[in-house]
Amino acid sequence: MAHPPFFLHRSSFTAACDTMTDSPQEPLRPLWLLAELTYSCPLQCPYCSNPLRLGERARELATDDWLRVLGEARKLGAIQLGLSGGEPLLRKDLEVIVGEARRLGFYTNLLTSGMGMDEARIAALKDAGLDHIQVSFQADDPDLNNRLAGSDSFRKKVEVARRVKAHGYPMVLNIVMHRHNLDRMREILDMALALEADYVELANTQYYGWALANRDYLLPTRDQLQRAEAVAHDYQARFGDRMKIYFVVPDYFEGRPKPCMNGWGRIFLSVAPDGTALPCHAAADLPGLMLPNVRDHSLEWIWNDSPDFNYFRGESWMQQPCAGCDERATCFGGCRCQAYLLTGDAAAADPACSKSASHDVILEAVERAAGLRSLPQPIMRNKRNVARALRHPVGSPPGRADTPLSD
Amino acid sequence: MSTVDPDACYGIAPGHRMQWEEVQQSWVILYPEGMVQLNDSAAEALRRCDGRTPLSSVITDLEAAFDEADLSADVLELIDAALQQGWVCLR
Ligand code: SF4
Ligand code: SF4
Repeated sequence: MAHPPFFLHRSSFTAACDTMTDSPQEPLRPLWLLAELTYSCPLQCPYCSNPLRLGERARELATDDWLRVLGEARKLGAIQLGLSGGEPLLRKDLEVIVGEARRLGFYTNLLTSGMGMDEARIAALKDAGLDHIQVSFQADDPDLNNRLAGSDSFRKKVEVARRVKAHGYPMVLNIVMHRHNLDRMREILDMALALEADYVELANTQYYGWALANRDYLLPTRDQLQRAEAVAHDYQARFGDRMKIYFVVPDYFEGRPKPCMNGWGRIFLSVAPDGTALPCHAAADLPGLMLPNVRDHSLEWIWNDSPDFNYFRGESWMQQPCAGCDERATCFGGCRCQAYLLTGDAAAADPACSKSASHDVILEAVERAAGLRSLPQPIMRNKRNVARALRHPVGSPPGRADTPLSD
Repeated sequence: MSTVDPDACYGIAPGHRMQWEEVQQSWVILYPEGMVQLNDSAAEALRRCDGRTPLSSVITDLEAAFDEADLSADVLELIDAALQQGWVCLR
């Protein structure tokens, strides 16, 4: 399941991390390791945050590479492991990876669309020590779910959610929210209650990767968001003791950016299917990065010494208005990828911030989408559509639209 | 008003795991995509909440171990907060 990790919305993790990383004697640690095991996925969500260039399965890391990465990460202090993708269940060695992760003391989170999960696998994963399963839904309505996923997947997801509970896993339901499902907030939360979810993450779409190429299709209106938020708060008040509900207003509508990754190179380390290590799973398109690979370098060097992880670490890279801003310890200047994609300068303030000189690009996008009489067709996330998505005016980094598909 | 019952047994909630982190030199509670780092006194108390020992015995044990007179109020407050956070549950 390709979207920013859940912890970014959760205060206790952040608070705990703050006590650890802000004291001067404590070194920074990659507490969160996101292992993107494959970019292959049977679904085709138009909001997928995977990079537009999806890459070949033949270049994916081998089992042994992953096991080595886990051991190295654990030594650096990594403790939460997200097994993600694409669809991680497509990796036949998932049970082996989970088993080693658990042996090393990781808390293991599987982030899945549900496709490829059956009774034998869910039991084998439990035996291997898997701690938690997050199942993503596109919507509560089977037709809408299937349309957004580009595949007949709703019934399978319900079946998987039931199995998750039957096997005693804690279950997070993840629903990426946008124009086409925000009006169904009530029905979506009713579904989550019926499936006995322990947590529901209503993840408003963030516009990177495929989501950016589909922004006009996905951007909600302010009214929609406000109504949906009111419903979420109502359910939080009524059912909060049964099910924790997370709903965070999207940055496009808030005037402030998200504290992207809780700061560059601060607690988060992502490894892409081909072994590229990144401070943020959406950062591969930033200019000037050397994109170190775990095949060539130790994780210790990558985390502590590589130019990439130090590029936007701390505050010395900041310019105005961030450099003098009294909120910079809260938002870390926002998302470097969003800054680059929308302003052309990766060291600029995130344009989602109302103090950014480029904030107009956000306001205009919101206004334009709200005024559209007919919506564009979504560019579904699949290999056939890569070239089309890359040609899309806001779908690719400035100046890179015509770069031929590499390798 | 605390709803914590000193005669009841509390344990770490399902889906949560408490473990010693060598790198951090501290106890932590892990749960889906999250973590809390415990301070020493919270860790000492929660370690003793094994789901089988009544809370009153946990308190007596702590008082003996740390040579303190009355830890009851502190521990009840901690368990109350931990219940609200969902880290522990009644067994
Ligand atoms: S296509 Fe959908 S299910 Fe597959 S990785 Fe992307 S967001 Fe997740
Ligand atoms: S100016 Fe920069 S540091 Fe200040 S709130 Fe905006 S993005 Fe954050």
